[in-house]
Amino acid sequence: MAKKVSTAQVKHIANLANIPITTREQQELAAAFSETLAVVDNLLKIDIKNIEPTHQVNDLENVLREDKVDEERMFSQEEALANAARTHEGYFVVPRVIDEN
Amino acid sequence: MKNTHDYRLICGMEIHAELKTKSKMFCGCKNDPFHAPAPNTYTCPVCLGMPGGTPVANKTAVDWTIKLGLALGCKINLFSKFDRKNYFYPDLPKGYQISQYDIPFCVDGVVQTSEGPVRIRRIHLEEDTGKLLHTTVAGEKVTLIDFNRSGVPLIEIVTEPDIRTPSQAKEYGRKLRQIIRYLDIADADMEQGGMRLEANISLAPAKADELPKYKVEVKNINSFRFVEQAITYEMKRHAEILSGGGTPEQETRGWNPNTGKTFSQRAKEEAEDYRYFPDPDLPPIRLKKQALQRLKAELPELPDMIVSRWHTTYQVEPRFGELLNTTREQASWIDEIFLAAAKEGISANSLASAIVNRKIKTQVGDKPKDVLATYYAAFATEKIDASELDRAIEKVFAANPDAVAKYKAGDQKVIGFFIGQVIREIGRKADANEVRQALIAALK
Amino acid sequence: MKTKTSAAKLTLKQTLSLLKSGELSLNELYQDVDEAVEISNKKLNIYLTLADDARKRADKALKDKTPWLGVPIAVKDNICTKDLRTTASSTVLENFVPQFDATVSKRLKEAGGVVYGKTNLDAWAHGSSTETSQFGRTLNPRNPEHLPGGSSGGSAAAVAADMCIAAIGTETAGSIRQPAAWCGVVGLKPTYGRVSRFGIAAMASSTDSPGPLTKTTEDATIVLYHLSGRDPLEATTGQQEVPDFTKALEKGVKGLRVGYLYHDIEGLEKVNPYIEAALRVLEDMGAEVESAKAMDPHHAISVYTIVQRGEVSSNLARYDGIRYGHGRDMFGDEAKRRIMLGTYTLSKGYADQYYNTAQKVRTLFRKDFQRLFERYDILVSATSPGYAKKVGATEGSAMFGELEDMLLEPSSITGLPGISIPCYRDPNTNLFLGMNIVAPMWREDLVIQTAHAYEMHTEWNSWRNNK
Repeated sequence: MAKKVSTAQVKHIANLANIPITTREQQELAAAFSETLAVVDNLLKIDIKNIEPTHQVNDLENVLREDKVDEERMFSQEEALANAARTHEGYFVVPRVIDEN
Repeated sequence: MKNTHDYRLICGMEIHAELKTKSKMFCGCKNDPFHAPAPNTYTCPVCLGMPGGTPVANKTAVDWTIKLGLALGCKINLFSKFDRKNYFYPDLPKGYQISQYDIPFCVDGVVQTSEGPVRIRRIHLEEDTGKLLHTTVAGEKVTLIDFNRSGVPLIEIVTEPDIRTPSQAKEYGRKLRQIIRYLDIADADMEQGGMRLEANISLAPAKADELPKYKVEVKNINSFRFVEQAITYEMKRHAEILSGGGTPEQETRGWNPNTGKTFSQRAKEEAEDYRYFPDPDLPPIRLKKQALQRLKAELPELPDMIVSRWHTTYQVEPRFGELLNTTREQASWIDEIFLAAAKEGISANSLASAIVNRKIKTQVGDKPKDVLATYYAAFATEKIDASELDRAIEKVFAANPDAVAKYKAGDQKVIGFFIGQVIREIGRKADANEVRQALIAALK
Repeated sequence: MKTKTSAAKLTLKQTLSLLKSGELSLNELYQDVDEAVEISNKKLNIYLTLADDARKRADKALKDKTPWLGVPIAVKDNICTKDLRTTASSTVLENFVPQFDATVSKRLKEAGGVVYGKTNLDAWAHGSSTETSQFGRTLNPRNPEHLPGGSSGGSAAAVAADMCIAAIGTETAGSIRQPAAWCGVVGLKPTYGRVSRFGIAAMASSTDSPGPLTKTTEDATIVLYHLSGRDPLEATTGQQEVPDFTKALEKGVKGLRVGYLYHDIEGLEKVNPYIEAALRVLEDMGAEVESAKAMDPHHAISVYTIVQRGEVSSNLARYDGIRYGHGRDMFGDEAKRRIMLGTYTLSKGYADQYYNTAQKVRTLFRKDFQRLFERYDILVSATSPGYAKKVGATEGSAMFGELEDMLLEPSSITGLPGISIPCYRDPNTNLFLGMNIVAPMWREDLVIQTAHAYEMHTEWNSWRNNK
């Protein structure tokens, strides 16, 4: 397993994670990564050949809902927008995400 | 200067269609984004991505996805699951889309086109995003977001790169939409974005076996005609670049129907990395064989099957069958008409031809009785009594002595003139052939 | 009438019985709880938000003759409460007022419990100290120079400080049991899927388990019963019938086969004698205790660290400041670290060596517990390697919580139910040690019957003691 994580890698990860970080944080995070990865390194020694992964610990399957509208749970427009930083005529608003053409 | 003939098209398509379930994919919100009274009125903690808004999958959406797979001859994965596809965009409230990664519900199917089969690689089920509206508010460029569409069940149908011509792409799309509509699982409305097309296009040298090293995606095309045009446009563009010794840039492009051109949307930015992993909120799905049998039994008769049944049962030529089979309603209406025609001894193929060629005016829903009457009126003949026929012939001869002379002098063409005159004299649908025979006998 | 001691010091069971008989009024109860809050909340920083309609709701719950008759309950602040600010102790959500109730909040209200206030936690439940809260750390009411543990530190402290009658927390790996141990209260982590996660800010969805923090085991059974059961809004909740857990209370431990775990792990030398004393009590009551060998919990730390951070990176992606809350620049250092590490371990080229490997080792842990439960009915260990740490202990350690929760992580990543109950109090520091009791899936009854029997025969539960 990779023991050392470079600041360039940290920057790439920050991009993927949509987390704005400063140069100082880049270095700190690289160090924290290395510390954490050193701890989890012990997994390498375990024999996992032919072992299935566990994604679900209580073995449930086929938990589906009937196709029914649940009006009671639906928000009014007012409720939906109640916590929004910015709204306009019933919409959520963000700065323009693309410049068309 | 080389042209597109030196290259062959390598094209696969990805088509998204919104399922028309009553409720959304993972919550009980109403699934009807196009008719919502106002933005953000069909939302809840789940589809708005509120803290702890846990998803529960819609059973009908799962069933319908599998039905489509069965209709396209896919293998169905008896064990399947939902995965998270992680990326950020303002229309994606959770910061991930619930989709299917390595075990989609359906794999390895096929859609037949007149230009050859198009293999289906996979069909998976996922959720739609919210809708973005780019506008200006108080002088500021902004994007408005409506989450009524967020969480609407969406199927993605991915083909192998089997499409060889732009027209095949169009035909494939139409056929797929037709099948989806016959299954009655989606409206597949292109205008409103209920069905969205994407083509992955590249060119390979016509003679070489090697596959191209690049691929251009043209996304969000909303008509089959445009898909044909966009591929044609791209083929020319790629051929020019390739013959100049270059390679088209691997990128995503959009289609502008006004200019008839594609345009670059996103140059290859950082490589995509969706960090897929099984969604821990959704237990996996294991289909029982019986459930699959039940879904199979529920499949309606599909367009191709109807065409071949009409052919074997009524001897209707497939070229007519296909045209009379554009919707399920039309097909079942035509079925009633063919049945009624068969009872009366009318040729279903002639009738089909008459309807297709608009020799008779009909519309879906007309009573079979009325359609047959219209057909009779336009085509069918009546048995004319021999003495009545003779009387009419005599009358016509008497009125046209010079024509009789012409015939007797050897001008056989005059017979056509006589046939028309005799039928008019009788005033009903006489069989032209019978009239001809009677005329020839009388002129001897 | 003024009772000898404050009504706030009553257990849930006592409160219900006194309210029912009329010997206690809601006025007295709320006055005493309000007083405790007034005296100490500023200093201990337990409640981040107090509900101003609690009293009114209590009256209605009493009038409606609900099971809980309006008793004040402390609710961890990562649990959505309709119309009551819910922050997950992060400035990202400092102004967030949910328009809906978590299933836990809904069931609590339906039972006649009243959300009295929202308790502090490690921001996003990331931690074992409450020191990562972006609204300041909580102090341990037993000894304010020390931490309460976490992440449900505020809820554990609210119980210990008699600022509520019972509390609700959430555990992902130790977050109920470890603060319960440090604060000297009872903390029950139910089987994964016993209690719905709907409306709770997700940390690691595959292990998150809401549950009670209470004064006694009996109280925990009452709370658990009302929170439990299949939730149509949450697909990972079990279909199992919810048993009447109170029936387990009087069963005793006679003939119960007890496996003693993790005593050979380095660093437990100080706590082992107290756990062993507790086991002798169980033995005296007829249990068969045996030393048992389990998979190395250090591996559980690794599994948990990778899986949890992976899920965290995805679960916290929704906080983008568009629909609610502030933007992603407001995340604290710990959340940033976890999001980043999780993103890394799920990314192209790394998912296989980290995430997928961890999920396979998780399978090995499940198998290991299956093997153990063939031989034992329950498994016992220390809850935490020591007493509550001093304020500031977490600084500069990216792995503080994981090392702290090592003994609990094997049962957390496998979804098993467990309880921590006080099993010793240091008279010099007034700090407690906890004993962790773990049972097979869906067998909360076994941990309840053991914990209750122990509690009734020992002096370590401070409320039983005061009685």
